[in-house]
Amino acid sequence: MKTAETIGSAPQKWQAFFIKIADIYRFIVRIFKETFSFPIEIEELLKQCYIQGNRTLWLVSFASLLAGVVFTKQSRPSLIEFGAESWLPSLVSLAIVRGLGPLITALICAGKLGSSMGAELSSMNVTEQIDAMEASGTNPFKYLVTTRVLAITLMLPVLVVYSNMVALMGSYIAVHFFSQTTFKLFFSQAFESITFLDIFSTLIKPILYGFAIGVVSTYAGYYSSRATVGVGKAANQAVVVSMVMVFVIEFITIQVLGTMR
Amino acid sequence: MNTNPIIHTQPVVLRVEHLYKSFDGRQVLKDVNLLLHHSENLVILGRSGMGKSVLIKCIIGLIQPDEGYVNILGENILDMDVKALNRLRQSIGFSFQGSALYDSMSVRDNLTFALKRNLGIRDADQLEQMVRETLQAVGLEGAIDQMPSELSGGMRKRIGVARCLILKPKIMLYDEPTAGLDPVTSSEINELIVEVKQKYDTSAIIITHDIACAKATSDRIIYMEDGSCHLEGTFEELEHKNDPQLSTFFNYFKVH
Repeated sequence: MKTAETIGSAPQKWQAFFIKIADIYRFIVRIFKETFSFPIEIEELLKQCYIQGNRTLWLVSFASLLAGVVFTKQSRPSLIEFGAESWLPSLVSLAIVRGLGPLITALICAGKLGSSMGAELSSMNVTEQIDAMEASGTNPFKYLVTTRVLAITLMLPVLVVYSNMVALMGSYIAVHFFSQTTFKLFFSQAFESITFLDIFSTLIKPILYGFAIGVVSTYAGYYSSRATVGVGKAANQAVVVSMVMVFVIEFITIQVLGTMR
Repeated sequence: MNTNPIIHTQPVVLRVEHLYKSFDGRQVLKDVNLLLHHSENLVILGRSGMGKSVLIKCIIGLIQPDEGYVNILGENILDMDVKALNRLRQSIGFSFQGSALYDSMSVRDNLTFALKRNLGIRDADQLEQMVRETLQAVGLEGAIDQMPSELSGGMRKRIGVARCLILKPKIMLYDEPTAGLDPVTSSEINELIVEVKQKYDTSAIIITHDIACAKATSDRIIYMEDGSCHLEGTFEELEHKNDPQLSTFFNYFKVH
């Protein structure tokens, strides 16, 4: 079979591009097929959920806390200028729930988890570990790819909810520092302006981000070239393409959700 | 192919007929034909780049040949669906050139991985007993809790073989079992291959460019040249064969 990797000459770039799109389409179809076929690799799925959640927890906590503090500190002077300081909790909570929380978490996961998935699968490919699994009668695609894609798709919404809470806490700390607002008042104002659609978008977007990061990273690793340079290339591709995909999905979902508001 | 009249009384467990494979227009395998009999160690000997590893990967179905027929234990693997092929693969052990141990798992987990998955064995005591018995058979019981990165090249090869043996295969495929090992360790691996055949009653195809390995492990040898089977016979027969290509190969071995 001709794959994008086998076409090297410059005039055939477009052909290679469309072959790659077809490859990725087949890859995604296979993920769905394997997800809903027996046996389910539940043990590996839970392990991956734990690893992926655990691996990014501290980074997400740190980045979200700082984002909450910084965003609040940056917004406050402008609101004071218009005499609207009391809107600060509402403004910050909307910004965090609608965009900042999901985006920060997705970008951290694209960097941290995407690179590790790409590099791990690629190095398994180089050292023939994937072939060894297949030769022993195990389905390596199901064991390695499906579980990782599912795990990040499931874990990203959880991390986003956590990130939103931590960012709001950061925001509260910043607000409390300036105006001695109580915890109860801050959060009642913050949640007042959040609608069902905001909650829906903060949960649906990370599912799409997670799936995209999972697909891009595992594809880059699973089909990497069988040379040491392929490991670095796979990790690099996983991060760069995942981040671009996150912004593309963000743009599309904003347009779609905008029409629903 | 120039063949010698070796008489086999044992049944054929693996048959390859008219196998062809090319990569990007380069013909790697050309009309390869071979038979493997029960309880036989067949060595595929040849220089690097002659298509030996491609052949063994076509046999186990990791590479799809362009043309040909591969029958293992009475089943044509090229006509099989993935599930049937995976079931058949449980009867075949593949020892990779670089061992291909799962480096994120301990030796114990490497061995139990296929057991849990393919045979559905979940009982911890039973798994532990099977792992210990198999590691004992390859002389590495003490390595049970070690990670692959902590093992030497020779130990990794042995664990790679143990990972196959734990599934009680009927056929073993060894890809360059002594590549990258010192002469003493190579000799130990050769002894292990012979022991495996005796203890586990396996048939084996051993891919190698190492004449010492071929001499120590073979019942029969096929010498490959330019992607096809060039000569066949026992080690002694081939050693005295008047063939320019083979003579160059054997003479180089004698000098070194």
